[in-house]
Amino acid sequence: MTTTTSSIVDQPRFDCRNAYVETLADLAAADHRIVGVVNDSVGSSKLDAFKKSFPDRLINVGIAEQDMVGVAAGLANGGRIPFVSAASCFLTARALEQIKADVAYSNRNVKLCGMSPGVAYGELGPTHQSIEDIAWLRAIDNMIIVVPADPVETAAAMRWAAASEGPAFIRVSRMSVPQIYPDDYEFVPGRSITVRDGDDVTIISNGTILWRALAAAEQLAAEGISTRVISMPTVKPLDTEAVVKAARETAGIVTAEESTKAGGLGGAVAETVVAEHPTRVTILGFDAFQTTGSAGFLIDRAGMSPEGIADAARALIK
Amino acid sequence: MTALAPEHATMPVVGRISPHASRQDQIEHIAEAARQIRLQDLKLVHYAGAGHIGGDFSAIDVLATLYGAVLNVTPDNVDDPERDRFILSKGHIAGAFYTTLAAFGFLPVAELATFLKPLSRLNGHPNRNKVSGVEANTGPLGHGLPIAVGHAISAKLDVSPRRTYVLTGDGELQEGSNWEAMMAASQYELDRLTVIVDRNRLQQGATVRETNDLDPLDKKAAAFGFAVVEVNGHDHGELLDVLSAVPFRPGKPTFVIAHTHKGHPISYMSNNVAWHHKVPSEDQLHLALEELDRLQVQQKQDEVAKADPMNSNGGHSA
Repeated sequence: MTTTTSSIVDQPRFDCRNAYVETLADLAAADHRIVGVVNDSVGSSKLDAFKKSFPDRLINVGIAEQDMVGVAAGLANGGRIPFVSAASCFLTARALEQIKADVAYSNRNVKLCGMSPGVAYGELGPTHQSIEDIAWLRAIDNMIIVVPADPVETAAAMRWAAASEGPAFIRVSRMSVPQIYPDDYEFVPGRSITVRDGDDVTIISNGTILWRALAAAEQLAAEGISTRVISMPTVKPLDTEAVVKAARETAGIVTAEESTKAGGLGGAVAETVVAEHPTRVTILGFDAFQTTGSAGFLIDRAGMSPEGIADAARALIK
Repeated sequence: MTALAPEHATMPVVGRISPHASRQDQIEHIAEAARQIRLQDLKLVHYAGAGHIGGDFSAIDVLATLYGAVLNVTPDNVDDPERDRFILSKGHIAGAFYTTLAAFGFLPVAELATFLKPLSRLNGHPNRNKVSGVEANTGPLGHGLPIAVGHAISAKLDVSPRRTYVLTGDGELQEGSNWEAMMAASQYELDRLTVIVDRNRLQQGATVRETNDLDPLDKKAAAFGFAVVEVNGHDHGELLDVLSAVPFRPGKPTFVIAHTHKGHPISYMSNNVAWHHKVPSEDQLHLALEELDRLQVQQKQDEVAKADPMNSNGGHSA
């Protein structure tokens, strides 16, 4: 959907947290019900300016994730719309039971924003890497899971979350990514976007990996391979129609995501394909505690460099 | 044993007493409500063949006081954003809670006969999406207090007089999430938040002291920034006075240690760890019903004697 003809790889890159904080401030200015809830994560969530503009509306419970999510559920009980903003590893692991019982099962209007998810904290090791968050939350009923791919989609997902009632989990990356969507993009939960059409093979991706999938498609095009790239920002509920269509119309599906292979987008796609239209699916992601290295290094090492994704697609066509 | 049937759910609806009633009338109203709830709850647990009768009976006087004369919550305003909030953190006493909700008109009394039955909305832990009057889906311990803190913060942001009450078990305070929440309650100076601890000193299989002692609980709560009050948790006058006194101390959240006995006032249950979730036999049921009838006469005499004529209209803030 980019209008230039140059490669996605050469586009300028943006930190999605900036779109996150700007959008949160805009939403808060327009609606007094919106509050931020943090576990001392003001700086890492880039919320210093928000705190200045809305000092009473940034609830900082300290380093206490269980309390943070419970407090958010209580704020929602009182009519507020809390955006919980915390490192995804601590938010989803430490407070998983609060997410399940206080938010999802209680059906409270709480927006869980998982900052720096996946391998964003690459060098800090597996305690801070959050490759399991999607699998954990996918198992919970009444939870919409959104993995935006660029700043435009991050902002659009937040506007949707603020305007809709009910629990949601939104990943907000600190890894710089190119802009993929036009400025007027509208996020619709459960709707995928075919960001590049093609009929030989399909790549389904989201988040920080989507631009790499587009770069892989560019490489494959140079060899005469027509690749469909489906952006799947909503892991749950999944756009099963688009998945089944891809299974029918192309030779196979590669999924690529910054998540565990077990239980993530790949798992969701595979479950759909097996039930609806069996075809070959190659799931790219992480399958072990990761070693030390930058996020980019770890993603490449897991086979999700543009070349790695292209290799997986070629293997499906042979 | 006969299964739970409609003829076992015939308790009268007592309803909330007028806030303008005299203190003595309020106490008598609460006593009658508590008696009716106990009579009904005994049948519920006996005929359903399951439940947590010990913890039910230690908390019923607190529940009857709150719904009978303290909370500005009735079936007519149960969705009013400005209602007081009561959060039952010890969700396993659902039998007592449903019976209380029925006694005050939130739930048809006849429906109590479905308690724990297949497809009933009255499962072993309360669900706010199915039962009117329930504020949070509790069951896992240590969830209610953070939710209450979140609601109390929302009320403070709204500059609203609405009050927040949360009832926790004492064994439940072994969950660290409570202490996270208590630190936040103090930090935010939530003086319209009242934490009530059902201090029955017994947990599932042993005394609290043998398991993971909480004492000195009063000093711990005070050190966490709470105004601490100790009451006889079966004395309706003491409960009414303390629970109506919000804020108990300006700038501080209130911590009410309600000294209770599991199974109170049934002779063979009271303070007996075996009655955490034991089910009374047919003989035990009748013995308990008889004891409650006998105690009614005695209790009325006691409360008349204790009533303070100088304060016949005091102690209530609606």
